[in-house]
Amino acid sequence: MSTDALALPRTERPSRPLVDTLHEWVTTVDHKRLGILYLGYALVFLVIGGIEAGIMRVQLIRAHNDFVSPQVFNRMFTMHGTTMIFFVVMPLVFGFANYLIPLMIGARDMAFPRLNAFSFWLTAFGGLLLYFSLVGANGLYGAGNAPDVGWFAYAPLTSRTFSVGHSTDFWTLSLLVSGFGSIGTAVNILTTILCMRCPGMSLAKMPLLAWLNLVMSCMVILAISPLTAAQLMLLVDRYLGGHFFDTQAGGSAVIWMHFFWVFGHPEVYVLVIPGFAFASEIIPVFSRKAIFGYPVMVAATICIGFIGMSVWAHHMFTVGMDSNANTFFVLSTMAIAVPTGIKIFNWLATMWGGKIEFKTPMLFCVGFLFQFLIAGLTGIMLGAAPFDWQLGNSYFVVAHFHYVIVGAILFTIFGAFYYWFPKMSGKMYIETLGKLHFWLFLVGFHLTFDFMHIPGLLGMPRRIYTYEPGRGWDIWNLIVTIGVFFQAVGIVVFVVNLLWSYFKGTIAGSDPWDAWTLEWSTPSPPPAYNFASIPEVKSRRPLWDVKHPDDPDWKYE
Amino acid sequence: MGRTMNATSIALNDQELNFSRPARGRVGMFVLIVAEAAIFTIFVVAYLFYIGKSLTGPVPKDVLSVPIFYTICLLSSSLTIHLAAKALRLGSVRSFATLWIATIALGAAFVYGTATEWHRLIYHDGLTISTNLFGTTYYSLVGLHGFHVVAGLVALSIVMALTLRGNVKSEHAERIDVLSLYWHFVDVVWVVVFTVVYVIGR
Repeated sequence: MSTDALALPRTERPSRPLVDTLHEWVTTVDHKRLGILYLGYALVFLVIGGIEAGIMRVQLIRAHNDFVSPQVFNRMFTMHGTTMIFFVVMPLVFGFANYLIPLMIGARDMAFPRLNAFSFWLTAFGGLLLYFSLVGANGLYGAGNAPDVGWFAYAPLTSRTFSVGHSTDFWTLSLLVSGFGSIGTAVNILTTILCMRCPGMSLAKMPLLAWLNLVMSCMVILAISPLTAAQLMLLVDRYLGGHFFDTQAGGSAVIWMHFFWVFGHPEVYVLVIPGFAFASEIIPVFSRKAIFGYPVMVAATICIGFIGMSVWAHHMFTVGMDSNANTFFVLSTMAIAVPTGIKIFNWLATMWGGKIEFKTPMLFCVGFLFQFLIAGLTGIMLGAAPFDWQLGNSYFVVAHFHYVIVGAILFTIFGAFYYWFPKMSGKMYIETLGKLHFWLFLVGFHLTFDFMHIPGLLGMPRRIYTYEPGRGWDIWNLIVTIGVFFQAVGIVVFVVNLLWSYFKGTIAGSDPWDAWTLEWSTPSPPPAYNFASIPEVKSRRPLWDVKHPDDPDWKYE
Repeated sequence: MGRTMNATSIALNDQELNFSRPARGRVGMFVLIVAEAAIFTIFVVAYLFYIGKSLTGPVPKDVLSVPIFYTICLLSSSLTIHLAAKALRLGSVRSFATLWIATIALGAAFVYGTATEWHRLIYHDGLTISTNLFGTTYYSLVGLHGFHVVAGLVALSIVMALTLRGNVKSEHAERIDVLSLYWHFVDVVWVVVFTVVYVIGR
């Protein structure tokens, strides 16, 4: 009953042949193993996508550079974008959701374990399909290689006429396949949260992470499905001679943009809401306070979910819509800043007056708060249609969305890695290396993405493979590229820290952070099926109740 | 159990918890249906957007005839599957099997209707998926629905085979309910597709 029990020795298992272990991992339906598979898979692709970004930055380090050809540059930005969104951040988000949700709601596994494994392997296969284009896409034409149509693949560039060979087919098929995987995972997460909660855990007593992943999964269902439909249409066009996006036969290129961004913008919230979820778990624990305004956090998240579905065409101001459409999408884009702002104030209020410990996870979350604020501010700037007419498709846009995806999402994900690494591996990471990673990455991030705004304001368009000297862009591009090296070293420190700690780290114990949610009541790493007896809870912080029987939370909630 | 599982036990047994959660099969199916509905929505939007935009013929009002009989077949299969599920709940496997076969027959009739319609359109009217925008959107939308009917028929047939082997009993009623939810969804989609293609689009 007490925390002394945590130190019980574990029985030694004899070592088994590698083939057995591999077979066990490939055939597993355990949510924790699948979660780790997602995370490991995503980290591999993070390195690949990072290398692609590095190649682009080296090419742009000075005017008239010829490190890579324009064709290769096009392939690099296409692969970088597609990889990072679909095969890095999505699997990271799903990996943590898979691992944590059953543990946090007191369940033994996801609602549909086999569907869970199926979804993971679909996603994995999608990533392999995308990269198989490097060898398989030449076909008989000799013109294809990796896809080079950009990550949003506007029509009519994707038609047979302009995309010969099969590289675009690999792009569309890989997104189709991984999209089915994402829908499967979202069905699973939603069902798990609604149906598998332990006794006593009403919706209003769930950890915020579960709530936010509930909203995220709803958005996956409503956003990935349109993408799937659009990819099916593209396949009809490319393989069956259809005319959905064929402007020569009366089809519309703009409708592809609508279909893509109906997916594309909610996707941003699909990725950032789990980031909010990590921050909502980490910030209270390291501030030693319960989260401020739990019901408001839930309401704001649902609000973001709703409004987030109706802002997509702010990606299309420069396409030329009528003024009613422009007005609607400007206003909805401005409106979404309100619930987002509420969340930032809630995190700040959680920290306010707390006993803050700046451990690595907390450092990443504090970095996230500042950076997400700035990302939101440039988002409001770009959300004003006249401003967007000026800066649409410039490096200002690139800087803005990298501020969201790296500065907010990736920072919280790093925080989540450090926070739950002791639970997943049973070992403690090295705090010094963690802090080194944070500072290297923070410096690199700000060198790269702060200064990337400036060439954008000076008129540098995105997706150009080189530029003329003397436009005032040179020095900024140099600084931006230097920042990439800091980030790369930070990632190396991160990976070294995880690997070293996994093999040689000190034993973490079941609850190294003195935290309050159910996953910390299990040993680290948790055994198969998580809980010997299903827990019952009476408040949002069940472990607080156990640790402080004199003053439990349920007296106040 | 060789290992400690719950290190910290958190059972708070001092009061009886009155706590219920929805059945996961139904919830999972509902969520899947929402996802499918979103996919269909995009195809319906594309269909509506491209009405009257074909640059060449044939156009809907020359070649489409309203498939009333097959629509009645599909819609009444919703009734038979509902009665079948109800019969199984009440423990009557025999009448379940009869109604289930009726459902499969009605669904198959609908697929046959679509097949003959497509055959006529392709060989008589010269309309294929690549002829014009109408052909592209028509075959995609009706085909996507038809694919769902066929998938449903496969699932229904598997249940039928299991029933004939004597494996389906009244304790499986809840699972049969989940499958019938999907079948109802396919029918509702047909109401939308029918309205869009044969009423508005014509």
